Amino acid sequence: MSANLQIGEDGRLRHFLSIEGLNRGLLTEILDTAESFAGVTEQSVKKVPLLRGKTIVNLFFEASTRTRTTFELAAKRLSADVLNININASSAVKGETLLDTLRNLEAMHIDMFVVRHTDSGTANFIASHVQPHVSVINAGDGRHSHPTQAMLDMFTIRREKGPDFGRLTVAIVGDIAHSRVARSQIHALNLLNVGDLRVVAPRTLIPAHVESLGVRVFHDLQEGLRDADVIIMLRLQRERMQGAMLPSEHEYYRLYGLTRERLTNAKPDVTVMHPGPINRGVEMDSQVADGPRSVILEQVTYGIATRMAVMSMAMHPVSSQENHG
Amino acid sequence: MAEPNIHIRGGHLVDPTNGIDDTTDLYIAGSRIAAIGEAPDGFSADITLEASGLHVIPGLVDLCARLRDPGQEHKATIDSECRAAAASGITTLCCPPDTTPVVDTPAVVELIRHRASQLDATRVVTLGALTRGLQGTHLSEMAALKQAGCVGVSNALKPLASTQIERRAFEYAATFDLTVFLHADDPALSVDGCLHEGQVSTRLGLRGIPEAAETVAVARDLALIQQTGVRAHFCRLTTERAVRMVARAQFDGLPVSADTAIPYLYLTDLDASEFNPDFHFIPPLRTQNDRAGLITGLRDGTLGALCSDHQPHEADAKLAPFPATEPGASGIDTLLPLTLKLAQDEQLTLSEAIARVTCGPAAILNLPCGELGVGRVADICIFDAGAHWRITPDNLLSQGKNTPFNGWEMPAQVHYTLRDGRIIFTREA
Repeated sequence: MSANLQIGEDGRLRHFLSIEGLNRGLLTEILDTAESFAGVTEQSVKKVPLLRGKTIVNLFFEASTRTRTTFELAAKRLSADVLNININASSAVKGETLLDTLRNLEAMHIDMFVVRHTDSGTANFIASHVQPHVSVINAGDGRHSHPTQAMLDMFTIRREKGPDFGRLTVAIVGDIAHSRVARSQIHALNLLNVGDLRVVAPRTLIPAHVESLGVRVFHDLQEGLRDADVIIMLRLQRERMQGAMLPSEHEYYRLYGLTRERLTNAKPDVTVMHPGPINRGVEMDSQVADGPRSVILEQVTYGIATRMAVMSMAMHPVSSQENHG
Repeated sequence: MAEPNIHIRGGHLVDPTNGIDDTTDLYIAGSRIAAIGEAPDGFSADITLEASGLHVIPGLVDLCARLRDPGQEHKATIDSECRAAAASGITTLCCPPDTTPVVDTPAVVELIRHRASQLDATRVVTLGALTRGLQGTHLSEMAALKQAGCVGVSNALKPLASTQIERRAFEYAATFDLTVFLHADDPALSVDGCLHEGQVSTRLGLRGIPEAAETVAVARDLALIQQTGVRAHFCRLTTERAVRMVARAQFDGLPVSADTAIPYLYLTDLDASEFNPDFHFIPPLRTQNDRAGLITGLRDGTLGALCSDHQPHEADAKLAPFPATEPGASGIDTLLPLTLKLAQDEQLTLSEAIARVTCGPAAILNLPCGELGVGRVADICIFDAGAHWRITPDNLLSQGKNTPFNGWEMPAQVHYTLRDGRIIFTREA
């Protein structure tokens, strides 16, 4: 899906909307590029001039400090000019359509939109309506896709476990039904040929026919974690409790919360991940979140390098330099 | 002015009601069919329509077409849609009550009738609101609506506040022998959904509408139909299970009928896999299995009618992310060709296909049209089954250019449409 929209005629990344529709080579290229940027972010001068003169707009229709900040930092480290616009539906309240908002911003000669929206498919919609020179990065759309989060997770796994995903057992635990992160992770892990991919949750949090995405479904956490190399815990939105999907936080934690004891079902060198922010005592306890197997803060760090990689690849800085030349 | 006598010569007549499938002549005197085969004594034609090589069928009766007028004339008008319908062989349109204002008073019924009667085009009949303002809480003045000409009552796509309200509404409608037209949906199960709950909705992260949203509602409605004795019609069924439930109820003798709409026979949720809002429908496009079940239901008569579910929109209504777009498609222009394509593809016989858009819906609406019997009203569609055309938004005559069939090759082109013995459409050579 979205392959034609995401990939230019030259086979290079044009927009980054979803993992689905990309190929393993491109995913590996993103990870390799991120690796090169990881070196930059570890230096004392954390900037490269790749996107100097470019203007990037973080167009967030849904509040998100963490994701927006990492995108902003990534853009700044590429030397781009960054605008942060939190729409919060105000334009819509005034009667302006999404397309109107987009057209007005485009008129300010924007080069890239980083978009977050509550409606699935919004990034695709915007990408199909922007001018040819504008790129769109999906920073999360509804329940559909959060591809940069998935890529930073893949980057984290590769750093922890090496490049051979085929020997890995990965368990994704939590609210699969409402998670755009989980969908993107599933596509990415399958593209990278993961050995055994599992999702673990009660039936209320498992979407219809999820097996068709290439996962095995477990309702028992202990079984789902057995011999896992990587555990990815998902954030549980509190409204799921009010929406009658779960009886209580207490019961959820009792059945699906990750504790040190439960971690023993997995491999001894298991890696524990979480896209954040964590509900401590709901999704996992602090001993795990802050424990030796956790790479949660590393994920945040790697998020910047990964987003730098995606932004620079979509923006084709080489060709832009040619234009200026 | 008196209608002219018309001789339709040498056409291939197909009339499911009277079992006609023959090349013969048809004679119209005034507003009625005077004879088939031989001219009646003393008949003198004012107009002769050459129909050699063409099909002559009853004018189509579209059980559900939104005209958007009054209230949303930026989407369509009675004028634009009635003319488009006439050009598509449709002689009667039934519009649901979800106009603005809602059809819940005789004044709105009269307004629509008046506007339609100003045109020499397709006839318009209306359903009245089942509840005041379609709010689902207070019964509408159904007796007055019937007296004003409403052919049934419906709450359109709006939910009722409770099962108790539904029961009372059924009882009250039954008092006046009004058919209740039902949108089979359990709103708690379909809330905020925009696509069938299945593989595609999971992949795209779109809120799904489960099959049970329809089947639970059908089960509840059937129980109340049995309880109250109301005559009921299930509109736009989309699932194979619901069709089977209705078939069982019909077998048990309940006074129920049902229809489906053209898009559900050709499209499935897989078509929405690129977030294309042209495939955003409520109820949603379902699965291949459901599609097959609907065709079976049409074939065996459980589904007595096939409608366009015409929902014209302005371009902006579809220019947004999929869940934020308005559901539905423009369907008037494609009702006849896509119905005939069912016969062409051997899903139905030609007679079955034509029956579902003529006598079938006429019977559901209890209207004296939809057939070519002598003495019947002369509503007639004459088309060339051998002609082909390609659908593009530009060549749709409806004001709504939103179609999921863009680029499809269509069979059949209408040459003439007659309503009440008057020619309301002639294709220019």
